Amino acid sequence: MTDLTKHAAPPQQVATIKQPPAKRSGGDRGIMIGSHIVLIFWSIIVILPLVWSFFSATRSTSEIFSGPWTLPHHLWHNLSANFSSAWSDSGLGRDLLNTIIVVGVALILVMALGSMCAYSLARFPFRGSRAIYYLILAGNTFPIFLAIVPLFFVLKHIGLLNTFPGLILAYVAFAFPFTVFFLYPFFRALPGEIAEAAELDGAGDWRTFIQVMLPMAKPGIAAVAIFNFLGLWNQFLLPVALNTNQHNYVLSQGMYNFVSSAGYEVNYGALFAGVVITVVPVLIAYIIFQRQLQGSLSQGTMK
Amino acid sequence: MTFPNPTVSGGASAAAAGAVNAGVTAPRGRGGRRRTRPSRVIFLLVTVGIPMVVYLGLVIWPFLQAVYYSLTDWGGFSNTMNFVGLSNYRYIFTDGIFPLAVRNNIILAILVPLITVILSFVLATMVTVGGSSTGAVRGLAGSSFYRIVSFFPYTIPAIVIGVIWAQIYDPSKGMLNGVLTHVPLIGKHFDSFAWLGEVKSAMPASIFVIIWGFVGFYMVLFVAAIKGIPAELYDAARIDGAGRLRTMWSVTLPMVRETVQTAYVYLGVVALDAFVYMAALNPTGGPNNSTLTMSQDLFKTAFAQDQFGKACAMGVVLAVVTLVFAALVFGVNKLISRREGV
Repeated sequence: MTDLTKHAAPPQQVATIKQPPAKRSGGDRGIMIGSHIVLIFWSIIVILPLVWSFFSATRSTSEIFSGPWTLPHHLWHNLSANFSSAWSDSGLGRDLLNTIIVVGVALILVMALGSMCAYSLARFPFRGSRAIYYLILAGNTFPIFLAIVPLFFVLKHIGLLNTFPGLILAYVAFAFPFTVFFLYPFFRALPGEIAEAAELDGAGDWRTFIQVMLPMAKPGIAAVAIFNFLGLWNQFLLPVALNTNQHNYVLSQGMYNFVSSAGYEVNYGALFAGVVITVVPVLIAYIIFQRQLQGSLSQGTMK
Repeated sequence: MTFPNPTVSGGASAAAAGAVNAGVTAPRGRGGRRRTRPSRVIFLLVTVGIPMVVYLGLVIWPFLQAVYYSLTDWGGFSNTMNFVGLSNYRYIFTDGIFPLAVRNNIILAILVPLITVILSFVLATMVTVGGSSTGAVRGLAGSSFYRIVSFFPYTIPAIVIGVIWAQIYDPSKGMLNGVLTHVPLIGKHFDSFAWLGEVKSAMPASIFVIIWGFVGFYMVLFVAAIKGIPAELYDAARIDGAGRLRTMWSVTLPMVRETVQTAYVYLGVVALDAFVYMAALNPTGGPNNSTLTMSQDLFKTAFAQDQFGKACAMGVVLAVVTLVFAALVFGVNKLISRREGV
């Protein structure tokens, strides 16, 4: 019994901390077992498709066709064939590089612009600043699909259609309202006296912002940067509509190519290798940083 | 309060203090309103002005243009743009398959948030308060394992989720039938069953994929919200003799209602879009267009048929449906909170 209670409550999961362990009733044990069964069942539903996809990346296309559980005969040969086909023939290596460039630059830009704007709106209310804030909030509510056709022509007119700068600008513009919406309360909550003290000590607006206020908003910045990274990494509609030159494809387009070229001969081994290439890096990063990530996610959303 | 950055409060600042003091006690303009000093004006122009130029040019301006284009006959047979009033709207609601897409999106907007929120709330409750009901409110053993695993799908791009599940649903080489055909008694019904190819199963199968992608994320969100509830509330409920279900319904749920509302609105927006999932699962709209969405019809009308006026009208309809959905969620939430007298 004591053994059970010890296992039942790893300290970080407990809602209250200081109460002595109590005896369990029979009903409790039933609920506990029931909860475990449901949660294990859901975990299997989550993991099994991923495991099966990774497993399929080790099989040749003909082995994939002969049934969902057919085992690979030449493991190493299949692996190298599938991954080299996905990486070079299907161009996922190039797509990955493109994605890193586009998402990286867009992420830095939107974090810079978003935190600047949120800071100024939160700290220096001026005439019309409320109106600007509401205009930004409105951008959160409207679907991108409403804008997509005119956006296509706006970029075309300024000569940025099918270019990295055009795609990056579109990423920045559409991640911007969420960034401001999320960071605004963080900057509002920061004590203004500290900024005033910095100013009295001779720091200008820029210095106060970058060296004093920005570091204090770090938890919020980290959370919104993670959200934005996942959002931009995930982006599909903007590149599909605005980035139709195959040399500029991002990863999501490269993966979509496998589906949209369906009638033709799809290399299914390469498809699953592509799944591994897109899923595994972020998944590993997540597992390593999950504690910090879930901390900052919940901190961010509690605001 | 410690100063976060020593360089700012360092000796160098003393010299500049005089100059800044002049700025802090700025001269007063007419009507007693303090004039903003020029350096601050420049600061505001840069920090607010530059982002707003990008935002207005690439988000707000296209939104407004879309509304205008929806009233023109742009594209299609000519490159001219004539004002045609509401005839695009009349067209998309009478001819073609758009009404079907609206219906499908409404089904998605009802089911996806409902099932996702219920499932993630129940899982979050199990993880946080599934332990003992006497003594402290405690989490379940291994709860961090469940949280970590459930969150996996959120790290995967939606298009890849779609690609994976399109393979899983495959009639002959897919994993789902590979599992189900081994189940005794019912197994034979799933031999080569085309999940995405039958009218009765294509939509539920697609809905499941979207739910699969989001449950873990909202579960983590609910876990955070539930942990923020003061433990005394649970103790009080327990002393009053409330059982588990009762506690979940009357203590936990009202306390996380804001999170439920946020989750509902975001999931509704996802369900009303759904483009990326459907593009991977059934790019052409599914059997008898049973999984066709407004976004798919819009994309095809714009970028395959060059009928930009009609596509923009579809965009306006999609935006209106989204706003109505959000308003409904906020309205219902307000109604419930008023009835509870909170």
